[in-house]
Amino acid sequence: MKTNLVKLILGFCGPLLSFASTAHMEDDPLLFSASIDELEFHETDTSGKNHEHPLVFAGEAWLGRDLHKLWMKAEGEYFDGHTESTEAQVLYNRAATPFWDIQIGMRRDSHGGVERDWAVIGFHGTAPYLIETETALFIGEDGRSALRVKAGYEMPFTQRLILGSEVELNFHGKDDPLRGIRTGLSDVEAGLRVRYEIRREFAPYIGVSWEKLVGGTADLARFRGQASEETGVVIGIKAWF
Amino acid sequence: MPLKRYLLLDVPNRSKRRFVQGLAAAGAAGMGLNPLSLWAGNLPAAAHPAVLRGNRFDLSIGEAAVNFTGRQRTATVINGTLPAPVLRWREGERVTLRVTNRLPHDSSIHWHGIILPFQMDGVPGLSFDGIRPGETFTYSFDVNQSGTYWYHSHSGFQEQTGLHGAIVIDPREPDPVAYDRDYVVMLTEWTDEDPEDIYGRLKKESHYYNINERTTGDLWRDIREKGAAQTFRERSMWNRMRMSDRDLSDVTGYTYTFLMNGRTPADGWTGLFRRGERVRLRFINGATMTFFEVRIPGLKMTVVAADGQNVEPVSVDEFRIGVAETYDVIVEPKGDTAYTLFAQAIDRSGYARGTLTPDPALGAEIPAMDPVPLLTHTDMGMGMNHAAHGSLSKNENHDEHVNHEDAMEHKDHDMPGMDHGGHGMMVKQASGKVSGKAGYGSSREIRHAKTEFGPHVDMRAETPVYRLDDPGAGLRNNGRRVLTYADLKNLNTTPDPREPEREIDLHLTGNMGRYMWSFNGVKHADAAPIFLRHNERIRINLVNDTMMNHPIHLHGMWSDLETGDPQHIPRKHTVVVQPGARVSYLVTADALGPWAYHCHLLYHMPGMFRTVIVK
Repeated sequence: MKTNLVKLILGFCGPLLSFASTAHMEDDPLLFSASIDELEFHETDTSGKNHEHPLVFAGEAWLGRDLHKLWMKAEGEYFDGHTESTEAQVLYNRAATPFWDIQIGMRRDSHGGVERDWAVIGFHGTAPYLIETETALFIGEDGRSALRVKAGYEMPFTQRLILGSEVELNFHGKDDPLRGIRTGLSDVEAGLRVRYEIRREFAPYIGVSWEKLVGGTADLARFRGQASEETGVVIGIKAWF
Repeated sequence: MPLKRYLLLDVPNRSKRRFVQGLAAAGAAGMGLNPLSLWAGNLPAAAHPAVLRGNRFDLSIGEAAVNFTGRQRTATVINGTLPAPVLRWREGERVTLRVTNRLPHDSSIHWHGIILPFQMDGVPGLSFDGIRPGETFTYSFDVNQSGTYWYHSHSGFQEQTGLHGAIVIDPREPDPVAYDRDYVVMLTEWTDEDPEDIYGRLKKESHYYNINERTTGDLWRDIREKGAAQTFRERSMWNRMRMSDRDLSDVTGYTYTFLMNGRTPADGWTGLFRRGERVRLRFINGATMTFFEVRIPGLKMTVVAADGQNVEPVSVDEFRIGVAETYDVIVEPKGDTAYTLFAQAIDRSGYARGTLTPDPALGAEIPAMDPVPLLTHTDMGMGMNHAAHGSLSKNENHDEHVNHEDAMEHKDHDMPGMDHGGHGMMVKQASGKVSGKAGYGSSREIRHAKTEFGPHVDMRAETPVYRLDDPGAGLRNNGRRVLTYADLKNLNTTPDPREPEREIDLHLTGNMGRYMWSFNGVKHADAAPIFLRHNERIRINLVNDTMMNHPIHLHGMWSDLETGDPQHIPRKHTVVVQPGARVSYLVTADALGPWAYHCHLLYHMPGMFRTVIVK
């Protein structure tokens, strides 16, 4: 799988770079962008447990041109100095319609030491009423499948003080007992974050996040004596270039 | 005609006739603090750009350290000044300009609005190969026109970093416009950012520079004043279309410092006058991305020329000047009063200013900027109130309404007989038959080409109409008399009264979010040239399928703007097409060779560009 990822990266980087030109007035230059969407500490209030301060990271990077991009996504959760879970995606991003892009590629994640690889097909873009959405279907080994739907909306209080809200739903097509996942809707996440853009590219934020395991997945967690719902205050930074 | 005196632009230098060679051009006298010092030399810097007169000029393109914002930056300059020296020519003379490039990369100079052989037009890749570092290119051509024009680099984004200056051509015949004194008023912007970075940021985050987005505060106010239902109705179209009704400028005062003759708003530019004088102000929009709205509180302005060409005088309180346009106005200030020349950016994110005063010690109040405007359905080309705005419809375009119906139904996506591949499109499209008499515009049906559909185009105007008498969003019904294109009539009779032989339709297209720009959905890199037959008279119909103003500039030939009077069609070199509107003009293809044809917004130009070949 690892070699597949490397091949994928080289496969897409090659053509992107070969079109590079030194012409000054090139309308479609090769650009690179990277963003930290979330880098935050959670102050959680999980009943019956000690207060915990996980560090959560979510970021993206792309290299490419107007219509074709190589796209990378990474997420991670760190806890007590060790990695709780990570997820990485390498995708080919193609502009499909004025407001929508298609993404195809690979995802690898590791949760509590259990690794999973997936093929990814997704789309993201701006829906009417300016709702940012991201939907991806994941096809894994051994007949595993998953679907993730994200939606976000931004409300500017001022030109710099902006409220971002988002929800995320995860569905799974097959039980995965090692990871404590049951078929169906497995978890729901929602967050409200108020950020202050010191520059467009750099904004500290504070907010609340709420996560709830659902259905069979929640039953499984409770059976193991784990919390199935978590509400927390988050503090972090958002940055990009 | 009142007795007229020719004065130099710089009052303190009026007695000196200067034939300046090379860098020695710097040194004109001026007032106030000077933001510019020379990069390498220790020459005195100019507060006003120098005025170079005569018919032989040596211009040197180099770098200079500037400080407009509190931070030192490197500008690209000509003869050490920003703006570049004013070039004062005389109609009927042959001018020779030796331009030396002292930059470490290629450069060029384009004489904007000057009718000349294509080899002298200064567009790298079309007119010539550009000027390599250390090399000198000699421009030489006959000057067969008079008025206010300008010059700028046509290489990369150098225009943004300072390579722009004014050209004033004195007429051979007595000037029909009487004045005692004239000043160039050049409006530009300065940014501390690298223009390549600006372009990159726009591609990554197109609203990066928009600091006037609507906020929750606006929302509550609207709901309180209009009720929730009405507020929702007003906003729902914008939200459904995923657009902002505050999308007025791509690059704004967030990064720009707006300059008047190279002076920041804090310093201000100063022009002196004496009691009783008629002052001619030669406004040039030498900015790269900013439309300005110009007024002089307390003074009427009589517009006497547009894009260097004389027009029937029209008295106004205010005019909007598109990027690359020029307007000459006459003002008659009272002898004991100072006036503010106020040029607010179209998005009201800042302004440039100057003072017209009989006494350098006498200042004038600086007015507040107008509120930030909101775009309307009209600006989306949805024609909600086109009855009020279709200025040409009162002439001959009664069938316009039929076009609206058709366009509303979204059926006309295909252009019959067109090459949908995009490459051969212009040529075939160019053979369209003519509708509408010269001077009145076209009554042709609006159709969107197949190439306008895809990820690179985010909107198409449904019912674009001629809105020549529309001052535009932010200036409508503001209590002031605002100049519109409908006011422009050639002072002389139409030079080429022929009817057009054929029409070319060009839609101005783009995707704001992806920051991609094109004509008819085809960007320059993918487009075939537009071919014109030598000496044919054609009509170009521009339809703006975007939400912003685009100033469209045809090199080498005049754009005869159809404003409804076939006897007095005004000539322009840059024609602004308002958001969601259409504009038509006639062109006499009397200049052989390859020419550039493009949107003059610097960061739209790479894509929204065509090569026009006359043969």
